[in-house]
Amino acid sequence: MAFFCNWCTYTAADLAGVSRLRHAPNARIIRVMCSGRVDPQFILDAFAKGADGVLVGGCHPGDCHYMEGNYKALRRIRLLKRMLKDMGIAEQRFRLEWISASEGERVKTVINEMTEQVKALGPLGYPKKFEEWDKEMESLEQAVHGEEEAVHA
Amino acid sequence: MPDKPKVAFYWCASCGGCEESVVDLAENILDVVAAVDIVMWPVAMDFKKRDVEAMPDGSILVSLVNGAIRTSEQEEMAKLMRRKSKLVIAYGSCAHLGGIPGLANQFQRDEILRYVYDGSPSTVNAEQMRPEVKCTVDNNTVNLPSFFQVVRALDQVIDVDYYLPGCPPTAKLLKQALDVLLSGTLPEKGSILAPDIALCDECPKKDTKPSDLKFTEFKRPHMTRIDPATCLLAQGIVCMGPATRGGCEGLCIAGNMPCTGCFGPTSRVKDQGAKILSALASQVDAKEEKEIDTILATIPDPVGTFYRYSLPVSLLRRKIS
Repeated sequence: MAFFCNWCTYTAADLAGVSRLRHAPNARIIRVMCSGRVDPQFILDAFAKGADGVLVGGCHPGDCHYMEGNYKALRRIRLLKRMLKDMGIAEQRFRLEWISASEGERVKTVINEMTEQVKALGPLGYPKKFEEWDKEMESLEQAVHGEEEAVHA
Repeated sequence: MPDKPKVAFYWCASCGGCEESVVDLAENILDVVAAVDIVMWPVAMDFKKRDVEAMPDGSILVSLVNGAIRTSEQEEMAKLMRRKSKLVIAYGSCAHLGGIPGLANQFQRDEILRYVYDGSPSTVNAEQMRPEVKCTVDNNTVNLPSFFQVVRALDQVIDVDYYLPGCPPTAKLLKQALDVLLSGTLPEKGSILAPDIALCDECPKKDTKPSDLKFTEFKRPHMTRIDPATCLLAQGIVCMGPATRGGCEGLCIAGNMPCTGCFGPTSRVKDQGAKILSALASQVDAKEEKEIDTILATIPDPVGTFYRYSLPVSLLRRKIS
């Protein structure tokens, strides 16, 4: 899952497209107005809904269309990175990159690199984990009912 | 005289503070006792599980269940109370959000058992014994509840009608909730019985909160002399007020301690921890990565701080191995 800012990274991804650069097809890009708009909830939600990696792309420091947005993104992401590590998510699954509108080539490199790293880690698979975790209650119910039935028999 | 409405209290993985808060009703508890029949309250009365089992389904008007769900016994009791009650209220932070016991979701089940039964300094357990779900002694079989891998909030186990937030809920909120429920005009199902606005709104120090906080360091309460007249965030103290629902009337703040988030988020927020992380980190007063990291390093435990009460209901629910 990739969140790209409208003014720089998304434009760069566009440029990569019109320049016919080939990159891994694994990134689903969502355009946001600014990397500062990327609420940490979006990133957690992406993981929870099954993303194996999350990439945030914004303008280089000093180039933000809204002056400060990318700095806010940087600060949030520095702390979020630590928090995700504490939650057991490998560091390579979450990345912030500054890519300006002219850096189509960089979009290609970053997406390819990250795809390779995430592939090497294998699926993260939160939705499946949630299902598995909740089986522990079902199995108890079966055990209890099974026992009750055995008693009745 | 028609039967009085039946009310039950039950506790799961909790500390007992919620029970205490019921007693905090003080003389109002007499009105409650006069208006209802309490049919189950393990901490105070001698009703047993079989007494509840003998009651017809749906015959209890309301069950107030506190505590998180950690063991199979708690799950079983929560399901029993659900079946016998018209309404179930998740009472207190642990039932509402998973609470302090929910912090155990940062550890694997085996890690916890290993520490408790071997590792902790006061434990002597040369045989390395572990609790067994089933154990036979002299031909008698003893069953123990099983200990789940995941700590859950009440609504992750049973259907919940209302939530009373807080660690513990205040007597005022409990009184209001009981009055509303006994009046018969029920709020919308799923309601959290507290105001739906951030704590900052009712904070006594609200006027001193600057619009732009510039954090150069985060201080823990014991590291600084707190000025009682000024917004705690303005003093560099991690206060969860901006990401926490009001309704407590700033009890901790009035005691000069920061909000730790026990009322959970408002209805617009999915993940309380992510939201306070966002609010605090974005206002760090630095632009260079290294400098930012140095300032953020003064928050030593982001998960434990930001999800103090809400880890089990957070978007990721628990640490993965």
